Amino acid sequence: MAFRLARASSQLARRAARGRYGDPRPWLLGSAPPVLLVSSPAAAVGGRRGFCSVRRFTAGDSSAAAAAAVSEDDETENGFTDGDQVLDFPGGKVSFEAEMNFLPESKAERINCYRVLDDDGQTISGSRFQEVSKEMARKMYSNMVTLQIMDTIFYEAQRQGRISFYLTSHGEEAINIASAAALSIEDLVLPQEFANQCFGNKMDYGKGRQMPIHYGSNRLNYFTVSSPIATQLPQAVGAAYSLKMDKKDACAITYFGDGGTSEGDFHAALNFAAVMEAPVIFFCRNNGWAISTPTTEQFRSDGVVVRGQAYGIRGIRVDGNDALAVYSAVHAAREMTITEGRPILVEALTYRVGHHSTSDDSTKYRPVDEIEHWRTARDPISRYRKWVQGNDWWSDAEESELRKTVRQELLQAIQVAERAPKPPVSELFTDVYDQIPSNLHEQEQLLRDTIMKHPADYPTDVPI
Amino acid sequence: MKLDPTVCVLGEDVGHYGGSYKVTKGLAEMFGDLRVLDTPIAENSFTGMGVGAAMKGLRPVVEGMNMGFLLLAYNQISNNCGMLHYTSGGQFKVPLVIRGPGGVGRQLGAEHSQRLESYFQSIPGLQMVACSTPYNAKGLMKAAIRSENPVVLFEHVLLYNLKEKIPNEEYVLCLEEAEMVRPGEHVTILTYSRMRYHVLQAEKTLVNKGYDPEIIDIRSLKPFDLHTIGNSIKKTHRVLIVEECMRTGGIGASLRSAIIDNFWDYLDAPIMCLSSQDVPTPYAGTLEDATVAQPAQIVAAVEQICQ
Repeated sequence: MAFRLARASSQLARRAARGRYGDPRPWLLGSAPPVLLVSSPAAAVGGRRGFCSVRRFTAGDSSAAAAAAVSEDDETENGFTDGDQVLDFPGGKVSFEAEMNFLPESKAERINCYRVLDDDGQTISGSRFQEVSKEMARKMYSNMVTLQIMDTIFYEAQRQGRISFYLTSHGEEAINIASAAALSIEDLVLPQEFANQCFGNKMDYGKGRQMPIHYGSNRLNYFTVSSPIATQLPQAVGAAYSLKMDKKDACAITYFGDGGTSEGDFHAALNFAAVMEAPVIFFCRNNGWAISTPTTEQFRSDGVVVRGQAYGIRGIRVDGNDALAVYSAVHAAREMTITEGRPILVEALTYRVGHHSTSDDSTKYRPVDEIEHWRTARDPISRYRKWVQGNDWWSDAEESELRKTVRQELLQAIQVAERAPKPPVSELFTDVYDQIPSNLHEQEQLLRDTIMKHPADYPTDVPI
Repeated sequence: MKLDPTVCVLGEDVGHYGGSYKVTKGLAEMFGDLRVLDTPIAENSFTGMGVGAAMKGLRPVVEGMNMGFLLLAYNQISNNCGMLHYTSGGQFKVPLVIRGPGGVGRQLGAEHSQRLESYFQSIPGLQMVACSTPYNAKGLMKAAIRSENPVVLFEHVLLYNLKEKIPNEEYVLCLEEAEMVRPGEHVTILTYSRMRYHVLQAEKTLVNKGYDPEIIDIRSLKPFDLHTIGNSIKKTHRVLIVEECMRTGGIGASLRSAIIDNFWDYLDAPIMCLSSQDVPTPYAGTLEDATVAQPAQIVAAVEQICQ
């Protein structure tokens, strides 16, 4: 061992002189990795596109695949040749060094943040972004305004006791709308459908079974929201796996917050997606707060984007309050997931202007002036508005018209939803399984009997 | 997997290795390593992946290397797998099969000897079946894959070596049906999985002693086949449950309660239940044997019930 080390240092010196190392940082932001450590030489043959790099088996081809997996090249794509003093461990060859060097816990500089519009809504000179048509720009803007008004009105409705719970996205409207706009989704959840879900009435597609804003729609390819944190991440990988099996020209996207990145599912989902080369976009809304826990108490890494590298996932940090930057980043990410068959991590930096939910009062753990600053000076909607109006694509008149119309539409939707009948008691027992089993029939009968015998104890407006 | 391209397998070492008990042997060669997917070690996450893939239209079969490890997947199984069909208002189905070897083996230690049917039986939206013979294993597996509901299929670590001549043709067994193993008149013995074989061993002694036990392998752990079970109780009026679960909160506990609710009037004696004790399964062979119901105890129990 000592002999090898002694030889190594002189060899290392010679090699450095020859310049055979290439770039010591295996991953450069924004460009394809020139050096990729893979777990078997067969991968170099298989290439990155296709089912799996480390391709042991194609269907029905056992003997050829077994042979390919075993062969060892003398010269790998890393440029090492036989006789070089490198360590040959599972996972690929690594050159070694005799000096003991610990990787620093973080880089000296934080990862830069991609931004296109400045605080006054002017495009930054030299910025590159995905062009949007006038129609798309206007649509994005009016959707952001709609979302803002929707949040305000429904939050108030909860305060008035008309719905039990609500959670706003104040301050994050650009993230919501711009990312969706980049994904070729034409429709969003419609106001009436949304109101129906919040009120849990008969017309709710979820049949009144989930709490407010935990909606889902098969029509829109939107999985029903489930409360436990980060469980949707591996599910997104599963959905991407399904798209990959069917060879669809589509990707999956999943959203989560800074807090969600601490869950075990975050770690495993990213790892899986990388190993499986699943076409999924992991979109992290880093808004600084997980209820009352600030990010300084959530993790010690440089935010979330650096974690992608740990799993072998390409990532970008973007200004989440810049609608154009978010739009461009997601647009590019989608291209990459589909054409290159890889997952992408997007970290959007933003600020949670509202409380976590209607059960929270965030003034208890953060300064009011901090909230005010982000609500006004850093508002994504007014910033984007300046850009849209700067292009003569929007006017003050249209602004007040839009706000008036949307407000009316939403108030109307709430009134309709509130007055609509609740789902009948029979819907308590359906969809637990595909067919109602006998024990649930019995339980339903028991419940009906009880209601019939004691009608005064049950609400009259719930049909049986 | 040959009949339906949406059926796929996910789990640790299920690919070229063929699975910890070789259940998926040869499948990766036949169907490729995407359809028979070796996952990293993260049960909660590959179960979650299975849920997501199922919601998108695949029919994944998720393997827990040992059922006990699926405790890590409890979050996804309870909060998502069992619930999403309901909470989405029926918009999304989860036709997932979760399977794996479980039960008390030969000195595998406490963590590898879990009986997960105890822990899962409360979860709404799940169906649970336990296979016990090569014949019913094939039929129940096919039924589970075809089912639109999430099904947990319990296999047993000690039963993989059973050999039996079974039909080559396609056959599908009913997930909700119990299996009449031996008709009889004196006592109804309800059992499942490995305990079936302890009961069958006890049967030999019992028959020699002049007893005529009716032996039913309940197979369907959730829901119980109360039709078959009820008919038997109406005939024999005496019930002995032999299970591998622990005394507290096991399948036996629920089964007793269901029988009392439905067939109280037909009972001539209190229901007896032989279960494992409420202890982690010890490693030492003699101690391990002492925690599960043995044939001698089964014989004694029948004698006591039939007094």
